[in-house]
Amino acid sequence: MSLINNDRRRLLQAFGASATLAGASLLPGSAFAAPKKGKKLGRVVVIGAGFGGATAAKYLRKWSDSAIEVALIERNKEFISCPTSNEVLAGHREFDTLVHSFDGLKKNWGIKVVHAAVTAVDPEKRTVKTDRGDSFTYDHLVISPGIDFNFGAVAGYDEAAQKKILHAWKAGPQTIALRKQLVDLPDGGTFIISIPKAPYRCPPGPYERASQVASYFKAHKPKSKILILDANDKIISKTKLFADNWANDYKGIIEYLPNWETVEINAETNMITSEIGDRERADVINLIPPQTAGKIAHDIGVVNANNRWATVDWVTLESTAVQKVHVLGDATLSAPLMPKSGHMANQHGKAAAAAIFEILSGREARPTLMANTCYSLVDDRRAIHVDSVHRWNPEKKQLLVVEGSGGVSKEPSVEEALFARAWAKNIWSDILS
Amino acid sequence: MKRLLPLLGLLASAAALSAEGNAQASTPAPFPYFVGNCFNCHGTEGRVNSAIPAIAGRDKAYLEETLKAYKAGTKQATIMNQLAKGYTDEEIAVLADYFSRQK
Repeated sequence: MSLINNDRRRLLQAFGASATLAGASLLPGSAFAAPKKGKKLGRVVVIGAGFGGATAAKYLRKWSDSAIEVALIERNKEFISCPTSNEVLAGHREFDTLVHSFDGLKKNWGIKVVHAAVTAVDPEKRTVKTDRGDSFTYDHLVISPGIDFNFGAVAGYDEAAQKKILHAWKAGPQTIALRKQLVDLPDGGTFIISIPKAPYRCPPGPYERASQVASYFKAHKPKSKILILDANDKIISKTKLFADNWANDYKGIIEYLPNWETVEINAETNMITSEIGDRERADVINLIPPQTAGKIAHDIGVVNANNRWATVDWVTLESTAVQKVHVLGDATLSAPLMPKSGHMANQHGKAAAAAIFEILSGREARPTLMANTCYSLVDDRRAIHVDSVHRWNPEKKQLLVVEGSGGVSKEPSVEEALFARAWAKNIWSDILS
Repeated sequence: MKRLLPLLGLLASAAALSAEGNAQASTPAPFPYFVGNCFNCHGTEGRVNSAIPAIAGRDKAYLEETLKAYKAGTKQATIMNQLAKGYTDEEIAVLADYFSRQK
């Protein structure tokens, strides 16, 4: 038996196929099913070009060998990365490095990128209309709308208050504005981070933010303090790593209060109030409100879990409420132990692209594996991570973490900070070029 | 009617089997989409120049044995020792084969 035959048999076994029936189709170069050149399989409209939607658009084109037409509708002219934006708050990264062009998706993949806001979706006629007057028809619609904030959950967090009390939980102007508030803060000033109850976007994000700002204070404003008010009963991600980091490196700078759910903000006095009437005041308050699926998900009618998230079939990412509408990323009702992360949204995008290509090719979508990696930078040169692998369980019809897989760092390390920054660069490229 | 049902079932499954056999004889294996799991960190198709190493075009046996060693815990890493445990040996072989063939 030659080496090639062994390889081929192993490949076939992995797919549960029989070696004798495969013929020569698994030789290098023609290994996998590919559509014929010029063949058109259908049309997909993608709404939202973040970590989920832009990935879906690229991989629909790539894996279908351009047989699927893709229109990608996005309000913003540029892609701005939330991951690593906490570094900007500490002055460890330039804001501009978060900003990326959509040109690669147009030039390299022939995706029609439309900068507009969606005004109407008709799931019966399968049409999408925008505020620029465009009208698109689709065979499948993919939406990756991210999150919207429920400002109404916090009394006093009205439009005027939102100008001063920032969330900076979508990277953009608020990232720059919060950085300025921290730079303007006098030495000895206080900073509050208010964290909503899970689930919210980026579970370790608020804790990373605390570490980042603490590293800035330690170097530039050593008398300043950070108070973390967490609605959860403990640090919900990388628990011991963050607790140790704060005890070892930021003792006297960071104070952490669990079970502290913000219900009211007074933007004039900078007073923040908990559900049991506890009050705290600070010079700068970063109030991260409770979240829900982006508005378009509500408008289309895919939000069917607690009036907050969209339930999906984890094989195809298709909504359980509206046919031919696939929902990606933070807007979904997460599978067990699956974080709302950019990395995960990228995986959703690939899974949806694969499923839609298979369906439009007349085949059945097959369950795939997904993996997550979230790095957190704890100062200017060290990072920690959490990771997991998720596999479809046919009995439970759910994506579950593979037993024994995944874990966290042993301790913060310089090596992992190099990996964290490489991760950002590489995933931006995987999404956009 | 009750007696007929198992027989019909048998006929149906035989028909399905033969149809499946024919399909397999002419249709290539489906694409192993889970290779895309590696793209996030190691670059699309495993091609990068970064602190996270490229895996495109690496020796197939090296990739397979390294992933298996991570999975077994006999090779140390910050993260790959944890991620490799999520994949079966057959899937590791597919990954090694796939990335070894990327240029």
